[in-house]
Formats: sequence, structure tokens, C-alpha cells
Amino acid sequence: MIELKKINKSFESKQVLFDVSAQFEKGACSFVIGSSGGGKSVLMKTMVGLLTPESGSINFDGRDFLNINYEEKKIIRQEIGMLFQGGALFDSLSVEDNVAFPLRMFTDWSKEQVLERVNFCLKRVNLEHVNQLFPSNISGGMKKRVGIARAIALKPKYLFCDEPNSGLDPITSRLIDELIAEITKEFNITTVINSHDMKSVFDMSDQVTFVYKGKVWWQGTKEDIRDSNCKELIDFIKASEF
Amino acid sequence: MPLNLFHRMKYLNTFGEYLLFLKISIGKPEKFKIFRELFVRDLYQMGNDSFGIVSIISIFIGAVAAIQIGYQLVGSLVPMYVLGRIVRDSNILEFSPTITALVMAGKIGGNIASEIGTMKVSEQIDALEIMGVNSAKHVVLPKLAASLIAIPALVIYAMFLSNLGGIISVNLSGIVSINGYINGLLMDFDGFSVTYALTKAFTFSFLIITISATHGYKTEGGALEVGWASTRAVVQSCIAIIFFDFILTQMMLYK
Repeated sequence: MIELKKINKSFESKQVLFDVSAQFEKGACSFVIGSSGGGKSVLMKTMVGLLTPESGSINFDGRDFLNINYEEKKIIRQEIGMLFQGGALFDSLSVEDNVAFPLRMFTDWSKEQVLERVNFCLKRVNLEHVNQLFPSNISGGMKKRVGIARAIALKPKYLFCDEPNSGLDPITSRLIDELIAEITKEFNITTVINSHDMKSVFDMSDQVTFVYKGKVWWQGTKEDIRDSNCKELIDFIKASEF
Repeated sequence: MPLNLFHRMKYLNTFGEYLLFLKISIGKPEKFKIFRELFVRDLYQMGNDSFGIVSIISIFIGAVAAIQIGYQLVGSLVPMYVLGRIVRDSNILEFSPTITALVMAGKIGGNIASEIGTMKVSEQIDALEIMGVNSAKHVVLPKLAASLIAIPALVIYAMFLSNLGGIISVNLSGIVSINGYINGLLMDFDGFSVTYALTKAFTFSFLIITISATHGYKTEGGALEVGWASTRAVVQSCIAIIFFDFILTQMMLYK
């Protein structure tokens, strides 16, 4: 479980997150929804340690992520997988080397062991026979799937996905959604997904957190959304394509 | 705040960022196997891909230096065989290390800033950080190590070629006899001039890589900012090279 308590984050004089508290359960797909500029991406970057909040605490299964040194943070970071909006694949490496990168960096496995794991991860995201292609030679949907394969290579405990279906056609979007949901259940991962896509939220979320103007305005399940009295949440859902 | 004071603060801030970047990017490699692979790739790119441009520039600089210095000596009381010696010292002491470094600042400095800048804006640097990799060290250290071999090696290569260029131009122009010129080239050779040139080469290598990498690493935005980072990297590397050229010359030649 990931637990946030009273997170505040500012950029110079502009405060972006205000006392954000939330919990994300293990083995569940937790969606963070909200309008653009509402603080979702800043919240995710803060959770994974790319940004440091001014105050508050972040706990990964009871382990404080903020008040620890760099080496201790590295251990937790190796348990985190992240799928970026644009894939963030390493341009200079082939698909195989991209997925192999964390394995080669953090394990002492032999070449054969690494290749076996890489092939397993690629097969798991329904990508085979693309090992030697480079990111510039594959489609946006394939990049996302390679990104997922790289994120799960080290068997992470926590998976963060930043707008996983942005820029994808509806069919590929559903495939990516299904893949994330399956992987979450299969490997019992704590998954946090930033999304605008309400269809994804209603299809696969176990928990929804609504962030608006840098604050958590509502947290519950998808079943609770329709009964919610939160006007901002209802307006957001009505305005969405769904 | 007066404008000039504001600018001074900005330069101090930039210098501070540079020092902080050095602190996080220089140290023991996290995984030697991966460092070695990146080092070999960077060494090949810096060295092999720069042979052509360094060859052309060195030969022509040596050739032009021989003709220009010869032109100034004609009619003077200085014996013409001294031409070879003056051209040799100019090539070894100044032209080869400095011009090679300036060329490399333009070629690999801009390349490094845009490569790292693109990694930054496309979140590849963030991906490294989230994995628990020290991204600054991962991208900078192999390039720095490769440059500390590639650039001094290119400088030595440029020394030979620039002197060869001098021989060719003297032979073609007939300013002095070729034997006299070669006698001058071999006259009173002091190995310290090579030590001095290599000291400059190592210093310039360090400056080019670290300045360019700093600009790449702090890029934020998109393609436009990557272009600006690349331009700033080349300009500031060139200024640093010229500045340290002066400092090192003063320190080493007038001890």
C-alpha cells in the first residue's frame, strides 16, 4: 500500500499541491483523475521521488520514502515500475536492450537469464519478434507495451502509469488498459494510474481519487461516483467524453 | 536591482549549477559492465567520427601557418631554416590543442547537449531516476572518460598532420628548401611542449563534456529548448577553452 499524508508542493511562489492525503491499495488499480493542470502529474512525480514536497509523508508499505538517504531510496525505487506518457524508451537501445536495461543494471544474471526474462515480459505484453527493433521503428501503442514490459522486468511492487492511453486509438487503449489490469492482479502490484479517460476508469478501476486545484476532493470506488455529492467530480465526469 | 548586478548573480547561479552537476555526475560507475559498453560506444563516436574533420583542419592550418610565417620572415635577418621550428612550436603549443578542442566543442559538445537534452524532455532521464539509477553519472561519466582519451589522441594526431601540412605547403610553394625546413622542424625539440599541449587537451576535454552535459541536463521544455541548450553548450565551451588556454599558458610557460 502507498500512503500519502498532507503533501504540499510548490514551484517558487505557486503552490500546486495542498495537503494531499490518499491511500492506494495493494493489488488494486487506483486511478487519479482530474482536469489538466490540476496537479495529477506533479502528485505522481512526487510519489515516485522525481519531485520533493515541502511537507508531508509518503509511505511505501510502511517505509518512509522522504526521510531516507539516497541509497535507501534507491532500494525502494528498484521496486517501482513506471509507464510514461510517451513511453520514455531509450532511443539508443533496441526493444530487447530497453527491457533488459533494469535487469542488467540491478541483477547479476547471466545473458541467458536476462534474455529469458526479457522474452517473458515482451510475450506478456503481446509483443514478440520485435527484440531487435528500435523505438523509432515501432508504433505508439507498441512503445507503451515495451514501456510496460520494461516496468515489470524487475517484478515491481508498485506500478505508476502516467496517462497510459493518451495518443492511442480506442482499440489499442483498451488493450493497454486490460494489460495493466491483468498485470496488477497477476503480480499483486499496487498500481496508480493518472488518466482522463473515464471509460478506462469505469472499466478497470478499483479505486478512484479525484484531484482538483491541487487538492484531493474525493476518493472512493467507481460504484460510488454516481452517488457522489461532489459537484466538481460530477462536472468533470459529465464533461468527459464518456 | 541594477541590471549588471542581476546578470552577475545569474552567472554565479549558472556556475553554481555547474559545480553541483559535477558533484553528482563524477564518481565510481554504478555498474562497470554498462559503463564499459557506453564508454566504448562514446569513444568510437568521438574518436572515429572526428578523424575526418580533424585531419582536414590540421593539414590546412599547418600549411597556412608555414606560408604565413614564411611570408613574415622573408627579408628579415632571421635565417629561413628557423621557419620549420616556429611552425612546429606553433602547431604543437597552440594550433593542435586549441583548434582541435574548438572543433570538438562544436561537434561533440553540441551533440552531447542535444542528446542529453532530448533524453531530458522525453522523460528518459526521469525513467533512469525512477529505476534508481544516478542519471547524471550514467550519461556523463562514460562520455567524460571517452573524451579524456579521444581528444588528447586527436590532438597528438593533429600535431603530426599540421606539421605534415607545413611540409607539403613549403614543398609546393618553395619558400625555403624542404631539407632546410625539415632541419628546422627537428631543431631543439623540447618534449615539454607536448606535455603542455596534452595538459591543455585534457583540460579542454573536461570542459567540453561537463559544460555541454550540464546544459543538456538542465533542459526543460521541448525541441526549441534542446536547440538553445546545444547552442549555449557550444558557445560556453568555446569561451571556456579560450579562457583556460590563456590561464594554462600563463601558468605553464611562465612558471
